[in-house]
This record gives sequence, structure tokens and C-alpha cells, in this order.
Amino acid sequence: MLDRSIIEKLEALVGKENVLTSKMDLVAYSYDATADVPRQAPDVVVLPTTSEMVQEIVNLARANKIAIYPRGSGTNLSGGTIPLKKGIVLSMQRMNKILDVDAANLTAVVQPGVVIAALNSAVAPFGLIYPPDPGTVTTASMGGSCAENSGGLRGLKYGVTKNYIMGLEVVLANGEKVRFGGKTVKNVTAYDFSNLFVGSEGTLGIITEITAKLIPAPKYRRSMMGIFKTLQDAGNAVAGIIAAQVIPATLEIMDQMTIRTVEDFANIGLPTDAKALLLIEVDGMSQDVVTAEAEAVMNVVKTNNGDLHTADTDQERDQLWTARRNALPALASLNNTVVLEDATVPRSRITDMLVACENIGKKYNLTLGTFGHAGDGNLHPTILCDKYNKEEISRVHKAVDEIFEAALGFGGTLSGEHGIGIAKMKYLGNELGQSGLNLMRSMKEALDPEYLLNPGKMVPLKEV
Amino acid sequence: MTAAANTKTTATTTYHDDLEIVRQELDKCMKCGNCMAVCPVYSIDKVESAVTRSKIAVADAVLTGELSLDDPQVYHMVFNCLVCKSCMTNCPTKVNFDRIVLALRAALVRKNGLPWLKKMIFSTLKHPKLFDTGMKVGAAMQGLVFRTDKTKKAISPRSPFASLGEGFGFDADRQMPELTVTPLRDRVPDVIKVDKPALKVSFFTGDSLNYFYPDAGQDLIEVLTANNIEVHIPKDQSCCGVPVLVHGDIDTVRTLARNNIDAFDKTGSDYLITGCGSCGGAWKHDYVELLAADPVYGLKAKHWAERTYDISTFLTKVISFRKPMGEVRSVVTYHDSCHLKKSMKVFAEPREILKSIPGVTFKEMSAPDTCCGSGGSYVVSHYETASGIGKRKAEDINKTGADTVSVGCPACMMQLLDNINRFGNAQKTRHYISLLAESYRKEKGK
Ligand SMILES: Cc1cc2nc3c(=O)[nH]c(=O)nc-3n(C[C@H](O)[C@H](O)[C@H](O)COP(=O)(O)OP(=O)(O)OC[C@H]3O[C@@H](n4cnc5c(N)ncnc54)[C@H](O)[C@@H]3O)c2cc1C
Ligand code: SF4
Ligand code: SF4
Repeated sequence: MLDRSIIEKLEALVGKENVLTSKMDLVAYSYDATADVPRQAPDVVVLPTTSEMVQEIVNLARANKIAIYPRGSGTNLSGGTIPLKKGIVLSMQRMNKILDVDAANLTAVVQPGVVIAALNSAVAPFGLIYPPDPGTVTTASMGGSCAENSGGLRGLKYGVTKNYIMGLEVVLANGEKVRFGGKTVKNVTAYDFSNLFVGSEGTLGIITEITAKLIPAPKYRRSMMGIFKTLQDAGNAVAGIIAAQVIPATLEIMDQMTIRTVEDFANIGLPTDAKALLLIEVDGMSQDVVTAEAEAVMNVVKTNNGDLHTADTDQERDQLWTARRNALPALASLNNTVVLEDATVPRSRITDMLVACENIGKKYNLTLGTFGHAGDGNLHPTILCDKYNKEEISRVHKAVDEIFEAALGFGGTLSGEHGIGIAKMKYLGNELGQSGLNLMRSMKEALDPEYLLNPGKMVPLKEV
Repeated sequence: MTAAANTKTTATTTYHDDLEIVRQELDKCMKCGNCMAVCPVYSIDKVESAVTRSKIAVADAVLTGELSLDDPQVYHMVFNCLVCKSCMTNCPTKVNFDRIVLALRAALVRKNGLPWLKKMIFSTLKHPKLFDTGMKVGAAMQGLVFRTDKTKKAISPRSPFASLGEGFGFDADRQMPELTVTPLRDRVPDVIKVDKPALKVSFFTGDSLNYFYPDAGQDLIEVLTANNIEVHIPKDQSCCGVPVLVHGDIDTVRTLARNNIDAFDKTGSDYLITGCGSCGGAWKHDYVELLAADPVYGLKAKHWAERTYDISTFLTKVISFRKPMGEVRSVVTYHDSCHLKKSMKVFAEPREILKSIPGVTFKEMSAPDTCCGSGGSYVVSHYETASGIGKRKAEDINKTGADTVSVGCPACMMQLLDNINRFGNAQKTRHYISLLAESYRKEKGK
């Protein structure tokens, strides 16, 4: 428990209504969307409304050595917002103003609590979009998605969050506020700080304002589904599409386990004997280009022994994407716990990775389905298990270890989009090596020597 | 034996009687946060405890003993919900959140009893005659406390009361529908006959149509008779019980359910018609659930559930309603009441009716199915949040340019009346059935 005087000071800083201390409220901030990570209630939740307030809170926390956990919407899948060491949860939920939409410069300036979809609604009247669209686009915050460097369905063609962050305002652990980047298309001044803080998972600074890049909304699109009898055919089709020099906006894959589960769950008429499905969308500004790209994709699907199903109307398109949207919920409905992983490989190794996941599932006798962003090699092996069954959970942990081993073995990475947080910290050395871990620690200590910001995430606490 | 006499007899096997039963519902929640996108309470409060998944986490903590139902914050959280079911339509793993929150409320009432005011009001509900007298006395006296806006049939608090009520939303601007001196069921006979009726139906009026919107109730009857349907309106029906159910008073709602079932059994009609989403939902779902363990009334509840229709579904799906010919010049938008759309799955039918009326230009508002913030008594207990939600609704209505907002639920009509008065452009709030009735009337040059 924190000293009453600290609570009173916090109340004086942000107003009583923005400081939560009841046990009930603390329970409400003791978890995020991640399964199988420890739950922990903070000492207090503070909801600032300005960056000056954030500075004052940081100063107060530093003076009293209290940990701070920045929190957006708490939808991350790596335990990033769990207040492991107790202290202050700094919720950005009430810093949710869109400060500026500048259509002439194709930029928007927002507070970190703005929900991604809200930004998209605000820029839609200008014919613009902010492309990063994680599965949680209607709930995740701009701050959280910056800190996680989120990707989404459109990542293959349009890139991920870091490609759209032009400038930030950040409050550092020493209480100073820094601003860098801005509305200029070109900006090479000093170090590339945007890229340092994007993806830093709340461990290096608190993002208090974001200048985001917008792009014109594509005008035309075509969606289709390729149905394959073997994983190899599906994998080859992915490679073939890229080789045909088409970059689809979306190129998603589902394995048989996922197909069957989705079909059971949603009855949308998926081919349950298929070994894999590819869901593909091409888009662009000109009808001709989009048509040509769609035809190229269809050819590749056919030459790889795939059956084709195209969506010619908006309604058919919706139906097609319903399948993808239902993948996680359908799998999740199989049991009480969903361990959703995020292993990512170079796209030429997609087939290898799919086969590896299937085998690992069999080896540990687990219900495991894999779906994900085939186009960028970002797969979500998803394990359904019973949290009350200790023995099964230990098999899950072994399987997860092997999944990441496999991904790294194929030249891949631990995370394509969900970040490291608590969940994947232990594997970090396998990817970065000792020198990489040392660099991580140097960065952390340069900016946050006392481990006040989101301690215990990404960089392990120092053993004393 | 009368229904009222056997209140506490049935086995305790529903989640209304035992909190443990919702545990499996709690386990379905994967904390993904999809519910955040649609929860109207969260959209205003912007704290985790307002979001469905947190309410689930708190319920979990109550079951494990980490939190207590006696904790005033837990109490507050449990009631900071409109039971609008929006979260349920957006939940990937289909958590039935309504069960969770109702189970918590029932557990609270079992443990601590009802607050005295609720107890008093709910116990009069169990005695329909007494309640009816109370409402009529209220109607006669309302002029003392409220002033009337005759054109809108709306009332607002008079000055001394208005200043007392400030902060609770009972300020001088607060508009409420006038409590009628002659309720619907006193205005019409038990049976309204037509020549050679095509069908015989019973009309469950509910309290709001009876006491606050009797004109809409009469419009509903008029529409039925215009379609050659004989209408029964059992006099001894009472409140549907939803307002009581959402406060966790399970004994009372079971009594009301049995009363109502008895009243309708007597009519022997083919269908039971409602003009209110909450009443319809009670008959279609809640009574069946509540009386599942009752060997006699359980079956009867099922019988009626299968025969209950919102008036719009009855007109469009059961019979093919006579297309109206009279012109009603109006630009109309439609608000999807939560209980109608999310509980009864009724949304296409009212639109079909509105679009069939000559002269009506239908304009869809953006997100027509977001909650208006009424939630029965939520608007009284959480006025500030409710009016934040209502304001947004009013703004969406304003953007359509409509002169009329049409609804299928009297509770929403009340909330819209107040919020349009505060934030709207003087649009009229009308039950869709009233627009249809008006068109039928105009045919005859009335
Ligand atoms: C069903 C489901 C589907 C998902 N799909 C995707 C997907 O397709 N792609 C993807 O990339 N992710 C996905 N995610 C993960 C998650 O939704 C994203 O990472 C999201 O961007 C997190 O945003 P948030 O606002 O919820 O952040 P939070 O969970 O609140 O926080 C995430 C991290 O950011 C830090 N943080 C938050 N705000 C700030 C700030 N202002 N300053 C500094 N640090 C901050 C936190 O400390 C934490 O470490 C999915 C999650 C779920 C549950
Ligand atoms: S949407 Fe459903 S599963 Fe997801 S957090 Fe909300 S209640 Fe839980
Ligand atoms: S029922 Fe409505 S108010 Fe209650 S938690 Fe769900 S969405 Fe929110």
C-alpha cells in the first residue's frame, strides 16, 4: 500500500475523480488480454488528462521510488500492462483527444488514449486512412499500439505502426518532456527517436502525444479465397504471389484445425477437408491495376493446385472476411484458456513453420490451431487449454518453448507484433545474444536508471 | 392457489438463485476487450471498472472471496450497467454477460435485502390494484410538483423541486412523459371485437404503455383491429417484472411472472403481442429462465414464449399487414432499442413498417443500435453517465435531419424525450406503431 500522503498528492495533481484506490478498481486493472501471466493489482490507478500531469506524476513517483505502468486499453497479448511490482498504473483512457487532422500534410496529431478506429473515423471524411489495423482496431489505443509497434491485416502492403509514426512527445523517467519528429515528410535530425520509442513497451518513456502519417484510402479492391489440399501448396502459393510481383493488402492463412473450428462455430460453408486456406485482398487507386493484380493472384492459386473462390460483391467480401475474423473466437470457444503466440518467420519458410506447429501440437497432445498473416510470415499458433489443469499447462509451456525454438531456427523472430512483455522475456537472449541483452540493458539504464517505468518487462530487473 | 401465495416455493437452480452457476460463463471471457468498443457506460466513464470484462473479473473475485459483495464499490460496479447487452453482440466467445450481472444483483439482494425504497416500490408492484391506485393518485397530484408542456404531453419539475433535484437530473429542464389520469387499460374494454376476426390475440400492455403512453397503446389496438384482429386485454395483468428483475428482486419477478401467465392463460388466445422490447423479452426469455424449475409454470412460460411477438414481427411475419394508404408527411429515423434488437432480434420489421407508410422519408442514423442510456432506472441512479450517452444519441439523430425519431420501446421514448429536449432539435419521439395508426386514420380522412 502506498502512503496516504502520496495518494493525496496524486489527487491534488489530477483531481480526486482521476485517482482510483478502491480494491474493486485495483482488481479491474490487475490483468490485460494475455492468458497465463501472473495477475497483480496495483497500489493506485491514475488517469491523467494532460502531459503536464504525466510529468508531475513521474516526478512524484521518482521522488518516492514508485513504479509506473503506462496503460492504454489493456489489449496487449504479452502481459505488458500487468503491474508486477505494484505501484501506479498510469491509464491513458482519459487522454483521448484528437488534436489535429491536417489533410494538406497528411498527418494527424492525437493524445495517446485515442482509439485507432476513432482516428480512422475522424480522417475518413478527408478520404484518408491510418493503415495499422491490429485485430483490436476498435479498442486499442494509439499510445498502446505505438508502444507495442502493432501490425495488422494490412501489414504486408502498408507496413506496421512504426511506418506511420512521424513524431512523438514523450515524458521520460526523469520527468523531462521531449518532442521529436513532426509534420515534415523528411526528418533526419539527430537519432531516430521515434523508432526507439515505438515498440519500447512503456519501458523507456511515456508517450503523451503522437503525430501520425495518413494515406489516401485505396479506392478499389478485390477479395478471394484459395483452398488447398496440402500445406506445401498453400506455402508455395504465398511465395508465388510475391514472385509474381503482387503485394496484396492482405494475405492470410488458416490451417485445417482452424478451418474446422471456424466452420463448427460459425457455419459459413468453409471447405473442412482443405488443409489450408488463403484469404487474399488486393487493393489500389486504379481499377485496371487492381484487376490485373487480382488475375495474377488467381493464376498463382490455380498453378499451385488451389481451388478459387472470389468475392464479387461487398456482401460476399464480408462473408469471406467473417471466416478470418472468427478464427480466434472460434478457437477460443473450445476451452477456457487461449494461449495465442506470435512466432514469425521469413515468408519463404511459412510452410516449414506450419508443419512444425502441427507436429509440436501432436507431440504434446494439445489442441493447437494456426492462422495468421502469411504474407509477412507472422503466424499465430494458438493453443486451447484448461487453466485448471496443471499438467496440461506444463505441456503448453514446453510446446511454446519449442514453437519459438523452431521460429528462430527458420531465421525468424520471437514477435511479429505482440511484443515481448513478460511472456517472451526469457527467450530474448536466444534471438539477440548476450551482446544484444547488454545493449537492451544499457538503453534501459540510460533512460530509466531506477527501473521505474514498466519494471520487469522486456528487460529483466537487476538481481541485487 | 393464487400465484402470489406460492412465491418462495420453487427449487433454486438458476443463476438467479446461486451465483456459483455463472462460473462457467465467467470462464468464457478471454479478456480480449472487444466489449470496450460498444459498452455505452465505458464510452462515457472511461475506466476499466465500467467495461464488461472488468465486471467479469470482479465477479470472479467475488466468487474466489478476494472481493466481497458488501464492498460498496462492488455494489456500485454491479449497478453501473444498463443491461443493454451491447457487449454480448460484440463478444467473440459469446459470454452471456446479462446472466452474470443479473446473478450478481440477485446475490446482493439475497445477502443484504433490498434498499427500503426499492422494497416499497416493488412490493406494491406485487399488488396490481394497489399499484394502479398509486399511479392514478400520482397522476392527479403530479401538477403540484411538475408543470406540463401540453403540446408534448411532457412534464418538468416546478421550481422548488427543480432546485432540489439539480445534479440528479431533476432540474427544471428535465422532461418526462405525463402520467396519465386514465390509464390504457381503463380506457378500453377487455375484448375488442371485430367482424369475422382473422385471428385472436392478447395484448400485454406493460406499465409504460398503460400509464405513460396510453395513446400509443390505443394506436397499437387500432392497428390490430384495422387488420381484422380481435384483441384481448386482460385487466388483471401486471408489470412484466423486468424493472424488478434488473434490481435482483427475484421473488417479486417470479410472482409477477406467474400472475401474468395466469391472466393470459384465461384468454386462450393464439398470440401474445407486446409493444415494448423489455416486456417482449420478459415473455420470450426471462419467464422461461426464471420458472425453469417450476413444474407447472415452467411449461406455461414456454407455451407463451413461443407465442409472444413484438407487434412489428406479428404484423410483418405472422400476418401480412394491410399496407397503409394515408399520407404521413415526415422524415423519420429509427432508434433500435436494446431489448428489441439484442434480446428479441427485432430490427428489420419496424423499418419495414415505417417504409411502408406513404409520405414517410426514412433516414438511417449512424449506429442506430447504440444504447440511448435509459436502462430503466439507470437514468435515475446514474444520471450523468446516462445523459452523456443520451446526448450522443441526440446528436446522431440531429445529423439525420429527421423531424421524428421512432422507437419500439416506451422506456427509450422517455429517455429520448428528455435528451432531445436538452440536446436535440425539437424532434418528435413516437412509437412506430403510432405512425402506422396515423396513416390508417388518414385513409379515412381523420
Ligand atoms: C483479440 C486480439 C487481437 C489482436 N490482434 C493484434 C494484431 O493483429 N496485431 C497486433 O499487433 N496486435 C494485436 N493484438 C495485441 C494488442 O491489441 C495490440 O498490441 C494493441 O496495439 C495494444 O494496444 P493497447 O492500447 O491495448 O495497449 P496496452 O495493452 O494498454 O499496452 C501495451 C503496451 O504499451 C504500453 N503503453 C500503453 N500506452 C502507453 C503510452 N502512452 N506510453 C508508453 N507506453 C504505453 C504498455 O505499458 C504496454 O507495455 C491483439 C490483441 C487481442 C486481444
Ligand atoms: S468481449 Fe467477451 S471475451 Fe472479450 S473481454 Fe469482453 S466479455 Fe470477455
Ligand atoms: S450490458 Fe451494456 S452497459 Fe452493461 S456492460 Fe454490457 S454493454 Fe456495458
